[in-house]
Amino acid sequence: METDVNSKHIVVIGGGPGGYPAAFHAADLGMQVTLIDDAPNPGGVCLYRGCIPSKALLHAAAFINEASEIAEWGITVSKPQIDLDKLRARKEAVIAKLTGGLGQLTKQRKITYLQGRARFADPKTLTVTMSDGTTQTLTFDAAIIATGSQPIHLPFAPDSPRVLDSTTALDLADIPASMLLVGGGYIGLELGQVYASLGSRVTVVEMMPALLPGADAALVRVLAAKLKKQFEAIHLKTRVAALDETPEGIAVRFEGKHEGSETFDKILVAVGRRPDAGNVGLENTGVVVDEKGFITVDAQRRTAEPAIYAIGDVAGQPMLAHKATYEGKVAAEAIAGMKTVYDPKAIPGVVFTDPEIAWCGLTEAEAKAAGRDVKVTSFPWAASGRATTLGRSDGVTRLVLDPTDNHRVLGVGMAGPGAGELIAEGTLAIEMGAVADDLAWTIHPHPTLSETVMEAAESAMGHSIHYTR
Amino acid sequence: MSTEFKLPELGENIETIQVTRVLVSPGDSVVADQPLLEVETDKATIEVPADNAGTVDSVLVSDGDEVSVGQVMLTFTDSAAAPTAAPTAETEPEPAPDPVPPTSDIRHPTSSLLPPPSSPSPAPPTSDLRLPTSSPSPTPYNVPAAPSVRRFAREIGIDVTVVTGSGPNGRISIDDVKTHAKQRNEAPALVAAGSIATPPLPDFEKWGAVERKKMAVIRRKTAEHMSLSWGQVPHVTIFDKADITELDVLRKRYADHAVEAGGKLTMAVMVCKVVAAALKRFPQFNASIDMGTREIIYKQYVNLGVAVSTERGLVVPVIHNADQKNMVAISVEISALAQKARDGKIQLDDLEGGTFTVTNLGRICGTYFTPIINYPEVAILGIGRAQPEAIVRDGQIEMRTMLPLSLSFDHRLIDGSDGARFLGWIIDAIQEPLLLSLQG
Repeated sequence: METDVNSKHIVVIGGGPGGYPAAFHAADLGMQVTLIDDAPNPGGVCLYRGCIPSKALLHAAAFINEASEIAEWGITVSKPQIDLDKLRARKEAVIAKLTGGLGQLTKQRKITYLQGRARFADPKTLTVTMSDGTTQTLTFDAAIIATGSQPIHLPFAPDSPRVLDSTTALDLADIPASMLLVGGGYIGLELGQVYASLGSRVTVVEMMPALLPGADAALVRVLAAKLKKQFEAIHLKTRVAALDETPEGIAVRFEGKHEGSETFDKILVAVGRRPDAGNVGLENTGVVVDEKGFITVDAQRRTAEPAIYAIGDVAGQPMLAHKATYEGKVAAEAIAGMKTVYDPKAIPGVVFTDPEIAWCGLTEAEAKAAGRDVKVTSFPWAASGRATTLGRSDGVTRLVLDPTDNHRVLGVGMAGPGAGELIAEGTLAIEMGAVADDLAWTIHPHPTLSETVMEAAESAMGHSIHYTR
Repeated sequence: MSTEFKLPELGENIETIQVTRVLVSPGDSVVADQPLLEVETDKATIEVPADNAGTVDSVLVSDGDEVSVGQVMLTFTDSAAAPTAAPTAETEPEPAPDPVPPTSDIRHPTSSLLPPPSSPSPAPPTSDLRLPTSSPSPTPYNVPAAPSVRRFAREIGIDVTVVTGSGPNGRISIDDVKTHAKQRNEAPALVAAGSIATPPLPDFEKWGAVERKKMAVIRRKTAEHMSLSWGQVPHVTIFDKADITELDVLRKRYADHAVEAGGKLTMAVMVCKVVAAALKRFPQFNASIDMGTREIIYKQYVNLGVAVSTERGLVVPVIHNADQKNMVAISVEISALAQKARDGKIQLDDLEGGTFTVTNLGRICGTYFTPIINYPEVAILGIGRAQPEAIVRDGQIEMRTMLPLSLSFDHRLIDGSDGARFLGWIIDAIQEPLLLSLQG
């Protein structure tokens, strides 16, 4: 017997940027949808304690920095006064507006929203413990696990209000005089810049030889130059051997390139995130989890259990909201019986520091590691009129091109203010199979930073208008 | 609430149509099933009716536009009378595309025509949500095809990595995918027939003034279809004459029966009846060839196409199950179909599913001609003009009415002797109408 799409009941577990788009798309495809999350509204980590609140705070931080830099332009402003309660309230208002909006959209789509936590009782049944303490049993035609990820904690860190993770750091309890960032990844650096702008003396410790491990070194260099001025110290190839709470703060012992001990008012642990699939009763299903804790899925995001799908952070790297959203749409379509597949050619990554770092597709290092012959072109923003008018000549735009295939664009990377917005063109170029000529012969508005993409593409032919090597 | 009216599915393999006439304007109230537009497909002119009652908000197409299936043509404000279902249900008539193709389709990609990209089709059963062996896979990194193109290829079951891109630097467009799909279906035949590139046309204006006019859709499709048939099918045509002197007497005697029923008992109608009987006896004339699978497809039904010339061009309405209908019924149906064809009111159902075609030039002039087979049928019978002739019968010269017949057949399936036997049987049945009852 064949089942009509419209009679299918889909349950989505987790209301983050993977789960709610999956639920919305499934509802738009005509299916009956139940969305389960323990927050009052959809949004997940991204909206409640991740992307959105951190960006709200970074907006404030950027203003503080610009206010100090504008003196070079002959404009002097007094040192900004910071009302921490008001700043926190503003951030909360942003969260409330966006999550409330998602709640409305959920209602408009006639999706059943259950505030609670779900566990599989067997491969066909879920038990939901509602936030009010009651329980419900649900059966489904297909379920989507979108339970996301959690910050990794250091096992030896003391349980103290002086030890923050990304969630508590966003609570903005106070502005510590000194702060140590454990981990030089994007979450730590973004929050570190917020605290540095608000007045904390920030130190970073990173085990790897560079900040933002995995990102293109040429892009990281641009950010590192700025951070060196903004931060107290950056300790690379160094690890934290011990953390002890003292009356003065947290005493930290370093090992590696930078040896010694130092006491900080607070430390922010941002050493990564781990998939969060432990609490949904997978042991009662045939779902397979790999050694890193990610649920194993196929190209349609289907798990080893035929009626159960998994998307987002819990289903594999990269742990990014927009990747989860894409997967959510794929899973909903797969359940509807459509011929759909997880098929991105480029997933943009953005570090919302100042300057921003953004890239997509293949990096130069990845190409080299794969033994691939690529051509990399670079356009320094010092040659960009727009960057100069902004007083920001430190940026760079880089293209990774395939010289054996008409200089097809394989990767795009940028560092500089607005890189996160500009990278969308790079992602589109890769998805559309563009070659350098396509970018070089697309008129870009003048004077904008987007021209750097066009000029980097011109460089591939050996001649950029504003830059000669 | 505003609703979009999209071009619905009109039939197998119909992707675009030409709007010939828009029948409504913004502000018009329409009732369910009221014709909104007149459109021309490659086969016929048809009217597209409204789904529901409502008021026309805007008209997004105009006469002469080419429109694809699924494209929005009009927007409506639903009247209070219209059912007020959930907005998603009304604004999204988009059907779920096909389920993953069966594995047999993958093994024999040429064995069946591709389904149209968005033909409505139920989702796979819930009990079998997992189809791991035939699920589409992600495309490799460096295929120069946009996400929309990759998605389209997936939906119609084409591996985008084997499609040749016609764009700059090998860029693959949706049209490239369509062309690839079409070629895949036709490939074996093209190999058989070979192909020679069309040389460029000379500059005709060197020799005098010329006028260039755009081909009507039906003309273009006829041209394409005839080239296809001629290129693929090795035609053989044989000729003979049937003595219809006696049949014509019968025809005149019983003509009134047909007139009473609303038809016209012509010699062509009687020949159709004979042909329908002949096809039951000679099943290979009621067949098609699948060179991809090296199979012969024998059809268990006899649907007779009758070529009709109209102002808009040649159309071939089909008399379904002609073997089960008597001459009067056939005459009525031919008259009705021919009238519909000339009025441009023919429905797609009237044009599809033919198994053999009869074409009649006798009403105009001529004796013999070489009709081209209506691919994928395998034979066609041409009727010429009946003339009184001096014939030697039993050593005496007699005046008899003779009907020239021309039979073209596909030599891949039918040999000359088979063709001669088939035509011979038809002639015998025409000359001895009782044979129809005895053997037909």
